[in-house]
Amino acid sequence: MPEATEPTGGATATPVALKLTAKDFKSDQEVRWCPGCGDYAILAAVQSFLPELNIPRERIVFISGIGCSSRFPYYMNTYGLHSIHGRAPAIATGLAVSRPDLSIWVVTGDGDALSIGGNHLIHALRRNVNLKILLFNNRIYGLTKGQYSPTSELGKITKSTPLGSADSPFNPLSLALGAEATFVARTIDSDRRHLQSVLRAAAEHQGSAFVEIYQNCNIFNDGAFDALKEPETRDDYLIRLEHGQPIVFGSQGQFCVVRPPGGFGLAVRQTADVPAEEIVVHDATVEEPAYAFALSRLPGFALRNTPIGIFRNVTRPTYDRLVQEQVESARAKATGTPEEQLAELLHSGDTWTIL
Amino acid sequence: MSKQVRQLDRVVIRFAGDSGDGMQLTGDRFTSETAQLGNDISTLPNFPAEIRAPAGTLPGVSSFQVHFADYDILTPGDAPNVLVAMNPAALKANLADLPRGADIIVNTDEFTKRNLTKVGYQASPLDDGSLDGYTLHPVALTSMTVRALAEHDISKKDAERAKNMFALGLLSWMYSRPYESTIRFLERKFATRPALAAANIAAFKAGWNFGETTEDFAVRYEVKPAKMPPGTYRNITGNAALSLGIVAAGVRSGLPVFLGAYPITPASDILHELSKHKRFGVTTMQAEDEIAAIGAALGASYGGALGVTTTSGPGVALKGETISLAVALELPLVIVDVQRAGPSTGMPTKTEQADLNMALFGRHGEAPVAVIAPRSPADCFYAALEAARIALTHRTPVILLSDNYVANGSEPWLLPEIDSLPDLRVDFATTPNSEDGKTFLPYLRDPETLARPWAIPGTPGLEHRIGGLEKAGKTGDISYDPANHDFMVRTRAARIEAIKVPDVEVDDPDSDARVLVLGWGSTYGPIGAACRGLRQRGLSVAQAHLRHLAPLPANLGEVLARYQRVVIPEMNLGQLAHVIRARYLVDAISYNQVRGLPFTAHELETMLEEVVKNA
Repeated sequence: MPEATEPTGGATATPVALKLTAKDFKSDQEVRWCPGCGDYAILAAVQSFLPELNIPRERIVFISGIGCSSRFPYYMNTYGLHSIHGRAPAIATGLAVSRPDLSIWVVTGDGDALSIGGNHLIHALRRNVNLKILLFNNRIYGLTKGQYSPTSELGKITKSTPLGSADSPFNPLSLALGAEATFVARTIDSDRRHLQSVLRAAAEHQGSAFVEIYQNCNIFNDGAFDALKEPETRDDYLIRLEHGQPIVFGSQGQFCVVRPPGGFGLAVRQTADVPAEEIVVHDATVEEPAYAFALSRLPGFALRNTPIGIFRNVTRPTYDRLVQEQVESARAKATGTPEEQLAELLHSGDTWTIL
Repeated sequence: MSKQVRQLDRVVIRFAGDSGDGMQLTGDRFTSETAQLGNDISTLPNFPAEIRAPAGTLPGVSSFQVHFADYDILTPGDAPNVLVAMNPAALKANLADLPRGADIIVNTDEFTKRNLTKVGYQASPLDDGSLDGYTLHPVALTSMTVRALAEHDISKKDAERAKNMFALGLLSWMYSRPYESTIRFLERKFATRPALAAANIAAFKAGWNFGETTEDFAVRYEVKPAKMPPGTYRNITGNAALSLGIVAAGVRSGLPVFLGAYPITPASDILHELSKHKRFGVTTMQAEDEIAAIGAALGASYGGALGVTTTSGPGVALKGETISLAVALELPLVIVDVQRAGPSTGMPTKTEQADLNMALFGRHGEAPVAVIAPRSPADCFYAALEAARIALTHRTPVILLSDNYVANGSEPWLLPEIDSLPDLRVDFATTPNSEDGKTFLPYLRDPETLARPWAIPGTPGLEHRIGGLEKAGKTGDISYDPANHDFMVRTRAARIEAIKVPDVEVDDPDSDARVLVLGWGSTYGPIGAACRGLRQRGLSVAQAHLRHLAPLPANLGEVLARYQRVVIPEMNLGQLAHVIRARYLVDAISYNQVRGLPFTAHELETMLEEVVKNA
């Protein structure tokens, strides 16, 4: 049976340096994503980042649903479970609650997490289960060959929407924040340094960590995030959030984020027009989710003003911990062997004896 | 005044009233008192799905039937000897079930013009002679209760609500029931409101004393204890027994139990019960939906727990895809389906053997699972243990088909010795299993059970990946190889067939029967009672009852072949009959009823008599 372990809240480093390398996390399976897929970059980033957690491979589990991204576990030399469409957060919740000694990562996509699995995603987030949820968002259905997804833009022309999609998309981060997520971040497949910095923070977080990764599908939605990657545009379009730093961006630092008077949210202004003290200083630990929500609403037309980094990072008791504590405290009060307790339980209530 | 005491061998009482009248509680208490006395008991609660249907209406009638006897009985009884009707609706809804001569106790306070009109009585049946064939006891239950509680410091409404305890007191006197347990129960129930406890106890005693003093009840009855095997007993419902069986499976396997469940009638009580037993390492999770409930249970199984999910038919439909995943993953999982009348929402509080087809066939792909069914409330305990045994030993999903009849009905349960329960300990894989001892092959099978190793996360050196894509035998790598898929599909079928289940036993006391009655699940009681009835009249009939529906017992074909005719009564349109006909080419007679109620022994006896006489 599994050892009764201290509820440690997941990602537990061992005291001894394990000296693992990226190679240790590569499985013997041939990677079968399309050549040029953004998933390769994410896989390599994850494999080369995991050794720094100093967690033994056997205590790491990757759980996925269905879709291109969900093949991820097969390529990781850890424990892995490739499950069914949309259900990975539910399956991972059961594992996390019963095995607090494990570091559990959910790999999902925009269709898997936000369409068929939307319910499980929001409930995992509100419960704050100790899971690291990596949502590869390519704004298209890849594995079924090119239908629009819940993050595809309105009017998107795809195989299933030849006249343009009539669906308004989800903003995944707004959704996660509305679902009471305690850790919400966004990063990009092609920026390994940034991606790994976000993964590091997610791993350290106690509770659900929701990470949206912009990922390019070079077959069905190529270039969806080019404006955030091309040297000519990226610095003017991307807002790199740094905790404790004023939110200033643009190739010349020419833009900044302010709280316009009278409004509810945040807005982008020319830095030159704004007194320095009015520029918002980023604080991911603000309890009030409205701030992170306002950040999530900043992106405008054609990916302008897209924040990346950690939007929100707050502390709240985790579901698995609370559940474990109830079980542990009940066990601590119990006396006698399990068999004796069972006999007592069966004989409880009104009994009578026939001689 | 000393009253005449008459001995009876059996009595059936039905308590009926409005949903808010507390009839289930009243019935429950009467049953507990009766159990204390050592009678054999069987109960049948029958209530609407609405929590508080409009007061005084026919759809709002809730009833509780209890059958007790000085011998072993099999059913809650076909027809009540006594009806307690708390209002005109309760009288009207139940009168047709009463044989002439039955006692009817009515609460006259509720027989107002308004209440009579509500259920379509033009004139009061208490006055118009329509009840002349019965023994009518008009009792002003409400006003007598209120008067008895005049000195108590409670509201008029609370005083009126205690009328069910007055009725219970009266019936307890009438049938000479011991009442100490009811007094203790009321003290516990109202522990934080002593005034209410005192008032309810006073109402109970007033009812008792009324019986003793009024001349309307001239006779008091006794039913002697039944001759039952020695030991300690408790009265138990199927849902409670099933819950305890799951706790016991955790203890006997040494594994933590994880229950994922979404509230659904009539299965929710299992979630309620198991959530009380955390000290046994039982974790319960009320999930966001049926799919998450089974998903979480499967995730827990993957991590080395005994994963369980409990639901009813609509929930099993939603869980189908995950059950199929569990078939592919080859992990232990127990799925409890407390069946109710369908399709769709159907009749959530009414019983039906609705889901055998779904349990056997209701998944995409060739996705065989083990299926078992309990035959009575207490048997739910052993069925849960058996489901866990199969799931853990054979690493497979097991569907346990309970139903509303056994789930909410109750009977005395001879409490087992813990040591007599099956040993369910399992071995997790700890080392590589390839021939050279270097690699781990997650789909290398045990030659006998064909089960694959259970290698749980956290085990060093056994890191591996599993999933819903077809696996290569042994390595578990993704495989699209045609021959491999053919092999794996056949192997998954063979895995279920390899489960050892006991032979089906045949009850054929005279060994000369030409007709076999074959049943499964909750019809055991009514079929057994019908067979008894026939035998008492000198007719021979054999009874066999299936606990295992997949795989079927190895001797079943041979048993079927021994009889001239095979009759299969089911509370569906012949789901087992279909399987038996297809598999054994037996021209079985399918006898069906889907009224949301269990068979009566009488109707089965009548039907079987025809078959036996013509065989």
